[in-house]
Amino acid sequence: MDLLIKNGVVYDPLNGIDGEVMDIAIKDNKIVEKIDESNAYVIDASNKLVMPGGVDLHSHIAGPKCNVGRMLRPEDHYKDVEPKTQVKRSGVGYSVPSSFAIGYRYAVLGYTTVFEPANPPLKMLHCHHEFKDIPILDKGCLVMFGNNWSVMEYLRDNKLDECAAYVAWTLDATKGYAIKLVDPGCVEAWKWGDVEFLDVLWGRPEAIDKPVPRFGVTAKEIVRGLCKVNKLLNLPHPIHVHANGLGTPGNYQTTIDTMDSVKDLAEEDKPIIHLTHVQFNGYAGSDWITMRSGAHEIMKYVNANKHVSLDLGQIIFTDTTTMTGDGPFEYKLHLLTKNKWTNADVETEEGAGLVPIHYKKSNFVHATMWTIGLELALLAKDPWRIFMTTDHPNGGPFTHYPRVMAWLMSKEARKRTLDKISKRARSRSDLDNMDREYSFYEIAIVTRAATAKILGLKDKGHLGVGADADVAIYDVNPREINPSSDYKKVRKALSKAACTIKDGEIIVKDGEIVKSIEGRTYWVKPNVPEDLMKAMESNLANKFRDYYTVEMENFKIPDRFITRSSPMPTYYA
Amino acid sequence: MVVIKNIVCPICGCLCDDIEATVEDNKITKVKNSCSVSATKFLNYYKERNLSPLVRKNGELKPVSLEEAVDRTAEILMNADFPVIYGFACSGCEAQAVGVELAEEVGGIIDNQTVTCHGPSALGLHDQGMPTCTLGEVRHRADLIVYWGSNFQESHPRHLARYSASSEGRFRKGRKERKLVVIDVRKTPSARLADLFIPVAPGQDYELMSALRMALQYDDIEEESVAGLPVEQVEELAEMMRSCEFGVLFYGLGLTMSRGKERNIDMAVSLVRDLNKWTKFVIMPMRGHYNVTGMNEVTAWQTGYPYAVDLSHGYPWYSPGETTFTDLLRRGECDAALIVASDPLAHFPKNVAQNLCKIPYAVIDPHLSMTALAAEVVMPCAFTGIEAEGSAYRMDTVPLPLRKVVDPPPGINSDEQLVGMILHTIRSKRR
Amino acid sequence: MKFKAILLTGRSLKQGMGKELSKVSEKYMESVSICEVHPKDAEELGLKEGDSIRITTQFGSIVVKCNPSQNIDKPGIIFIPYGPYANMIMGPDTDSTGMPSFKGLSAEVEPAPGERVLNVKELLSQHLRR
Ligand code: SF4
Ligand SMILES: [Zn+2]
Repeated sequence: MDLLIKNGVVYDPLNGIDGEVMDIAIKDNKIVEKIDESNAYVIDASNKLVMPGGVDLHSHIAGPKCNVGRMLRPEDHYKDVEPKTQVKRSGVGYSVPSSFAIGYRYAVLGYTTVFEPANPPLKMLHCHHEFKDIPILDKGCLVMFGNNWSVMEYLRDNKLDECAAYVAWTLDATKGYAIKLVDPGCVEAWKWGDVEFLDVLWGRPEAIDKPVPRFGVTAKEIVRGLCKVNKLLNLPHPIHVHANGLGTPGNYQTTIDTMDSVKDLAEEDKPIIHLTHVQFNGYAGSDWITMRSGAHEIMKYVNANKHVSLDLGQIIFTDTTTMTGDGPFEYKLHLLTKNKWTNADVETEEGAGLVPIHYKKSNFVHATMWTIGLELALLAKDPWRIFMTTDHPNGGPFTHYPRVMAWLMSKEARKRTLDKISKRARSRSDLDNMDREYSFYEIAIVTRAATAKILGLKDKGHLGVGADADVAIYDVNPREINPSSDYKKVRKALSKAACTIKDGEIIVKDGEIVKSIEGRTYWVKPNVPEDLMKAMESNLANKFRDYYTVEMENFKIPDRFITRSSPMPTYYA
Repeated sequence: MVVIKNIVCPICGCLCDDIEATVEDNKITKVKNSCSVSATKFLNYYKERNLSPLVRKNGELKPVSLEEAVDRTAEILMNADFPVIYGFACSGCEAQAVGVELAEEVGGIIDNQTVTCHGPSALGLHDQGMPTCTLGEVRHRADLIVYWGSNFQESHPRHLARYSASSEGRFRKGRKERKLVVIDVRKTPSARLADLFIPVAPGQDYELMSALRMALQYDDIEEESVAGLPVEQVEELAEMMRSCEFGVLFYGLGLTMSRGKERNIDMAVSLVRDLNKWTKFVIMPMRGHYNVTGMNEVTAWQTGYPYAVDLSHGYPWYSPGETTFTDLLRRGECDAALIVASDPLAHFPKNVAQNLCKIPYAVIDPHLSMTALAAEVVMPCAFTGIEAEGSAYRMDTVPLPLRKVVDPPPGINSDEQLVGMILHTIRSKRR
Repeated sequence: MKFKAILLTGRSLKQGMGKELSKVSEKYMESVSICEVHPKDAEELGLKEGDSIRITTQFGSIVVKCNPSQNIDKPGIIFIPYGPYANMIMGPDTDSTGMPSFKGLSAEVEPAPGERVLNVKELLSQHLRR
């Protein structure tokens, strides 16, 4: 059916539309120039906020870690249930919701595209299994390569082309979307419990120049190497980096050094490296007592260097579950908190760890972390290179996004929280003095337009003709409301979309799911010169026998497991 | 004649994926790389099959059409107040997913064989977490391999050679570079392969693990013997664990089924966690049925919980001890069941099994089983991984695709299809 | 003549192979209707491999075949593979875990000359469907 969204107050930053009252026409699953109104279902959006469907580039929604999180935390589920309805499957889970619930809750927030940021290649089938059961959302998965034996060996031996062919083969075989690095090199060391090596690395900038034991390649070389590979393969998204030293005072310098290590590889004005959940990687000071924000230093660098983008990893004061490919970090967090701990090293590739955590306002460290995330956002000169995330569920469940948006839009909202946090954290932070308040236009940038752009999704994040018909309508009039003082109303409106449209179908009405559909799976299909691929593949089967406990043939994920498969071809540079 | 390589073996949690089968006339006539259990299955899967749907009439199971069997099953489930959908440890993940959906549709329980194998491991995971890894990590790095309460040579015949002590890895070249310790109450065939066999007294694993933890901290153990072992031996073992470079504790039903149950797992995880202060140490349950791990995964991502999920409230609820099939039967709380590729009558204690005999239930199974013989409805299905496609999770949660190697016998559906038909029938009857 | 023992259950290779054939096949039923006992215990009762013995616990009583075995390294321990025979004498309580106590039950072992091991149908009719 054709749809006509009439008289909405539209924010479409990719097309430069900043709060214009206009109509959006939808035919099938695309935005079109116009339709015959008499044959269309008309949605009256007057006095309502209209934006493209939200696009999240970093949220742990599927795959082995998420499921361990669910199994680790029954206590997380009892308090948050999602009953079955005529159109909804049932579910549970606050910080680690079950799969169906993830799709519904994102849709209610007006989000329609979400990327899972960290799966090991060997377990990618698990990610696709869960993707099948996350309704509504279009999805893609970033694949971890930063501790991969073959990658480290190719880079050590200066075999960049073979490395590119290997990465291309793996992305294709596992139906992944982009290159993710998690604590490059260090997870390999952690697999030996090599705490000595890690101690040196944690929070020390020189770390990224230390060769990984037994592999003779440094973290910096891995980052640079994969950045070059990314360019060779022309992948739609830059390398997505969880830098070394996460969660350690002093790590902000490592973060800057990591960004700087690829500066010379930049060409045009577009990002070639994305640093993720930078809040967790933005600590100054030398221990938990002297810890303070490193946001100023980081943003000084980011504002001056266009080859970088970042996302926040904002924390929420709540009980949540940390989960990351950074196994050594989680062990450290377990030692700190004494909370239950799960570790899951993956042969030949990567690892993972999980620890529950409760972020408390009164806790100096947690409060400081809260200020850092917001400082990063408020210090950013270019909203197109900074994205709103909570690194769900690491900083807090994605269901709290409206809260983060309110903090960004209202100094008063921030002050309300500042009044309640650790005094020491507040006195050490600049947040009190930051007056900036995000506009609806900027919110639209950091939650959909810029994320779609950095993911290379041309049909997402905007409402121009030809875009996918993914639209969010919220019951708030941006022309009348003053978010600075009325932030609670804004938060409430953003929490439950008045209407979410996905692929031209009305999915949410008045904050309730009224229909459920399947989402797409995006993955990249890099084309690599045939002779190069052949040369690389010639010894791949043998290598599989040596490195893995599965056969190469069984590592490749058959098409039947990919839900609404949407391959994106790319071409070798 | 064709030779098909790299078949995933759908039998035990090892999920060996290098089986080679020769197929002649839609029959497997030869297999390579299989262990004896696997070979038995691949060469005999087509024998002793029940090929007809059966429904009990006047006290006897009588051949009927598939439609009738499905219809009768749908009625049994629809007429029940509190039905249980149970099994799936020998099904592909796809069938498992439909099973959860069916349980949700009829407002019942979805449970699986975990309840009588590694249920306590799930409870231990809730309490303590679990530092673990994939099997390749063990292959490449482990120099100390401990099996506790696991007779792996008989339950997982290729485990030792493919993944652990006898495997060849990047940093460990084979059996000589590793130490193998077996802790058990019997000197099993597995124990005989060990460099060190520790005969723990039955039911005293918890004591032994606590003592090991004390010994690691250099605390004095003020006893002469623990769990039937001289204290010196306990201290020696603790030292061995502390001083390895990469240790692994594989544990079996010897820990989950004995006195202590989930407390044993709590303690085992605590021991391994403590060991990480000195070295790298990981722990892994030896999962039995080939896809019981998958059933936990599917159930967890769909409902949040790994087994024993009660969907009668309209949302998932979980309380092992209450919502577990064994307990529901023991207390006589469930009033119908669908049992998929499982034989609870042969595997539950007598009093529990007797109560199953009192309620109407349907069985989906490639073979006749004791449970099938006492059922109201029996529906034969194909063997997933041999006669139908699917996917499964290895004991270390590595997912693998399952292949269809030969066609199923004419008219025989996969369990995924059959559960789907039941679901469909119930939905159309309700409309 | 009888002796007290701790009853263990577990997997055996034969049981594993038998179950792949069919869970009602003779081979499977044979593989699970045995009880491993320590050779010394067997000797004391004058039992040979294949003799019928009766195992009794507080929950029930069942006849199986005696199998003196090296696997049992201490007298006073007996082992029956997982399966219907073992379960006829297991307790239902799960200590609120779902898991019955399958290992480490006290049992009594006595020779059962002239008594026969029941087949599947008999197990069903005499023990379960009552
Ligand atoms: S060890 Fe298990 S998975 Fe491997 S071949 Fe034998 S039965 Fe199959
Ligand atoms: Zn993350």
